[in-house]
Amino acid sequence: MDDPLLIAGEKFNSRLIMGTGGAPSLEVLDRALAASGTELTTVAMRRVDPASGGSVLALLADRGIRVLPNTAGCYTATEAVRVAAMAREALGTSWVKLEVIADERTLLPDPVELLAAAEQLVADGFTVLPYTSDDPVLARRLEQAGCAAVMPLGAPIGSGLGIRNPHNIELMVESAGVPVILDAGIGTASDAAIAMELGCAAVLLATSVTRARSPELMAEAMRLAVAAGRLAFLGGRVPRRHLALASSPPGG
Amino acid sequence: MQVTINGRPHQLSGGESLAQAVALLTSAPSGVAAAVNGAVVPRTAWGSTALTEDDEVEVLTAVQGG
Repeated sequence: MDDPLLIAGEKFNSRLIMGTGGAPSLEVLDRALAASGTELTTVAMRRVDPASGGSVLALLADRGIRVLPNTAGCYTATEAVRVAAMAREALGTSWVKLEVIADERTLLPDPVELLAAAEQLVADGFTVLPYTSDDPVLARRLEQAGCAAVMPLGAPIGSGLGIRNPHNIELMVESAGVPVILDAGIGTASDAAIAMELGCAAVLLATSVTRARSPELMAEAMRLAVAAGRLAFLGGRVPRRHLALASSPPGG
Repeated sequence: MQVTINGRPHQLSGGESLAQAVALLTSAPSGVAAAVNGAVVPRTAWGSTALTEDDEVEVLTAVQGG
């Protein structure tokens, strides 16, 4: 079925966006990315380390996977805007996964700094995909600011706690005019399927694959779960009923 | 002349360009961005950007993350 994901007019056949953090080696990451079928994958921007070998950029280029730089590690709008500008210069893309976190313990987004950074980056011509809390009002404000998608957390980054507030995610999906991408908190395949059943346009995950016992197997599980969840959303679940409804004819 | 590159002090002879400072860390032909005192300098201007005493140079690249 032809059912592409559209972000800022760009078409993706996979609705699974991968992160690259946490993999034990580039070889393991490479196999996991291949198994995931992803076409869009995040990287972080850090100081050049002359001692580091191998490049995640070369790996992504070889796989033909589009790079989505993030602003991980930024605590203020000013820092995030600067890192986004560095990423645009280094990678030749104006797309950015905007992260502005409040503290190291929870890695929760700082909504005030996030919105300020989003407004500035949109004004500077960026395609902004903000990592946000699961707050439908903030999502609306980010969309109004010109963000190309909104990416609510299901649970804190790396926690694997799944989607703690599915009702809020549904509310966002109902009212958003841009793709809602479930970002952070996915623990296993059923979490990814639930995100898609709730109507999310895509799922972004890293830890649940890169730190799994077998990243390659879990990546394939996520690919299938996202696809299955999407089909279930489009197919439409039956209403929940209090009592039984016979599925075989009663007479004859 | 002393400048700071990625948080570390470097003693240079003076008159070096940003391109020469970046080359101390990496020879990667792409995937690298540089800023001087917080302002991003396009790669095409690295050679013509002269560093001066106490400049703070940041050189970033993409790594696994997110």
